Amino acid sequence: MRSTVLTDEPGQDAYKSSNPGISAASPRRTGGDLVQLISPEGERISHPEFDLWVSDVTDEQLCSLYEDMTAIRRIDTEATALQRQGELALWPPLLGQEASQIGSGRALRDDDFVFPSYRDNGVAYCRGVEPTDLVRAWRGNASSGWDPYRHNIATQQIIIGSQSLHATGYAMGIQHDGADSVAVAYFGDGATSEGDVNEAMVFAASFQAPVVFICQNNHWAISEPVRIQSHIQIADRASGFGIPSMRVDGNDVLAVLAVTRIALDRARKGGGPTFIEAVTYRMGPHTTADDPTRYRDANELEDWAAKDPIARLKALLRTKGLLTEEVEARTQAKADEVARNLRAGVINMPDPAPLDLFKNVYSTPNSWIERQKDHYSRYLESFSGSTQEGAL
Amino acid sequence: MIKEFRLPDLGEGLTESEILSWKVAVGDTVTLNQVIAEVETAKAVVELPSPFAGTVAALHEQAGSVVEVGKPIVSFEVDDAGASPSGVAGSDAGISGEAASTGSQAEVAGKREPNLVGYGAVVEKSGRPARRQRAFDGGAAEREPVREPVPGVEPVSAVGQPAPLAVPSETTAEREPTAEQERPRSTPPVRKFARDLGIDLELVKGTGPAGLITRSDVQNFAAGPQVQILGRVGAPAAAPAVGISAERETRTPIKGVRKFTAAAMVQSAFTAPHVTEFLTVDVTPTMELLTRLKASREFAGYKLTPLTIAAKAVLIALRRNPSLNSRWDEGAQEIVQFNYVNLGIAAATPRGLTVPNIKDADKMTLLELSTALSELTDTARSGKTSPADLTGGTISITNIGVFGIDAGTPILNPGEAAIVALGSVRKAPWVHNDELAVRQVMSLSLSFDHRLVDGEQGSKFLADLGAILSDPATVMTMI
Repeated sequence: MRSTVLTDEPGQDAYKSSNPGISAASPRRTGGDLVQLISPEGERISHPEFDLWVSDVTDEQLCSLYEDMTAIRRIDTEATALQRQGELALWPPLLGQEASQIGSGRALRDDDFVFPSYRDNGVAYCRGVEPTDLVRAWRGNASSGWDPYRHNIATQQIIIGSQSLHATGYAMGIQHDGADSVAVAYFGDGATSEGDVNEAMVFAASFQAPVVFICQNNHWAISEPVRIQSHIQIADRASGFGIPSMRVDGNDVLAVLAVTRIALDRARKGGGPTFIEAVTYRMGPHTTADDPTRYRDANELEDWAAKDPIARLKALLRTKGLLTEEVEARTQAKADEVARNLRAGVINMPDPAPLDLFKNVYSTPNSWIERQKDHYSRYLESFSGSTQEGAL
Repeated sequence: MIKEFRLPDLGEGLTESEILSWKVAVGDTVTLNQVIAEVETAKAVVELPSPFAGTVAALHEQAGSVVEVGKPIVSFEVDDAGASPSGVAGSDAGISGEAASTGSQAEVAGKREPNLVGYGAVVEKSGRPARRQRAFDGGAAEREPVREPVPGVEPVSAVGQPAPLAVPSETTAEREPTAEQERPRSTPPVRKFARDLGIDLELVKGTGPAGLITRSDVQNFAAGPQVQILGRVGAPAAAPAVGISAERETRTPIKGVRKFTAAAMVQSAFTAPHVTEFLTVDVTPTMELLTRLKASREFAGYKLTPLTIAAKAVLIALRRNPSLNSRWDEGAQEIVQFNYVNLGIAAATPRGLTVPNIKDADKMTLLELSTALSELTDTARSGKTSPADLTGGTISITNIGVFGIDAGTPILNPGEAAIVALGSVRKAPWVHNDELAVRQVMSLSLSFDHRLVDGEQGSKFLADLGAILSDPATVMTMI
């Protein structure tokens, strides 16, 4: 697979380098060799091999990708504002990663199962999770925002990379069932340095499990730049496990859609796991509690702002004459609607009762939990009439 | 209806934040999510978006104050209808309403305050504030977003920078791209056309539908007088060190610190009429003083350099010549005389020139000044200078001596009335006690804004500075 990957840098050939990745300044780690179907200027680039996988995408679908990306960016902005207004405890913005998430999320079938990280709100949006449910846990109102089996997407994993193990295990289950659905793990560049992700790739390769690893290389593991984490391209790490990989422009929604479809197709046909490195950029902070200006050069942000995923698709739509007033108005209305719903949902969200804590520990009655619940309720009663600490 | 906005826990479990600046005033109409303030927590500087649409009724805290989480900071006059989607503060269902009321009770009882993620640390009520109070220049808390050196690139030098000097602060706010910000509307062919002509589309006004920039707009702009050619300013240090380029010239887009330094320099050079004066003095006594101080127990372990002494001398000379510590406020048609000194020190950092300043340097002892200078240079060298340290300077020093240079005509840091360039200290033949002797000599260059300072005051200041450095004992006659 790797050998078919195209380069977006003339004269750069990954395989001519006698000692790839030896230099800490190697451009191969952060640029080049990208599958790209829409240039940053919004021009459609033809790569017959990948075009094939998106040839069925209609004009209408292209507009709906634009709408989804705009909507999730708006949800993201609104959630960030809600955190600043004290309505959410924390929020991990995805600004800049819309194409990676929408492009891959929209490629999935309903019966595929997604294992996301905390930043993959765009993927959850594609799976039909309501905006309000996206932020439920971030407000501290619930341990998780949605029923994983209703949307076939697990709740967001905070522990870095452990969802890759869950995905691999789930994929092995699919194998045992003889089904043709696929498990998809989403994680970031930093996660590839974690043991869990490496273990997951060993198992995925050993059992040729139908799992797709989608790594959004957003260049920063909190304040750690990717070039320090990996002296080769992240995608090249997969080859060490015998897993074919593709490196895609993560700000190009069509290219992400194409490579995700290729990976899914291989998994469905028994071809085993695939690793996708979506090269993108986290334009905001790691979370709302982070200040990226303390460790990041503003010039870098400026460079990536010029590759903005939404502006790029918008330019393509305009060139194709698809960006009609009606499309713009519809997109705007959708964004306004999701933002309004999110704000209203958050502000009117009822607080959980203290004893709700015991609700979902076991699916069946459990005497041990019942006892704890009884103790705790009596403890709470002992405060009745006073507002002492601990009474909540 | 009046709605209060209480300071939320902006990080994870923080108990207080400092209000850096208000972006709105009482009576202003605000929209939902409009930025109303800039706040610094222990973790980050963040913007506060308004939770309501309405009119600002009261600001309960002033810029510069440190506020406990849960305290009301601003009140809004809100339409009953407008309040409904965001009616939180008064609502009994909202978590923040609960948390806030619990918080105020807890506060009265002197207890730990529950926030969204449990309990924060106990707020210390006694003693000095944990964070340094900052002297902010009105509400203008411009941010300097670039603070990190490019890893792997060695800092060029510690303190000291050739003549031109500026804090690129005026326009930095504009360069942080936001989600809403868009590049100019145009089409790819027109973009290419503009790029080929070296025209920045940001500067071109579009006449097409919805402000679309057309080919003829670009052509008209190119024919006009204000063509800005991209490139040409070489930044060889920033170029990747991957072999020697075969090109005969390298074009680097003008952006980042370079761009803002340039804008600030042009602004300064063409608004403030500069006068530069030179004075060469025998600083042997200062160098001897330095040697003695270094050997003294009081200064053991402190970094003392000619810059330290010169900085102190500037501060002393300023007391006698305060007009050099002032600002021309064109908008207000007023001269602002500063009764404090925030002493700027030009520093060459990995990402370019910055001029962090030492707040209230005039109130510092030599020991404190030496510590502040070391801290400032270390911080600048590691690229970690905070935005607050880059704003509010009142006069600057540039130490061109570290490059082995004697004199120059420094350009004023915008908004300041004077800048002193310190030349290198070198041995030279000098008439001493009517005989020719080898002495340690230094040149001083002073540029000042002639709108604010006349030759008389400028010359007196420079003479005082020279007198102190050539005979530190003259300070006895000055203070």
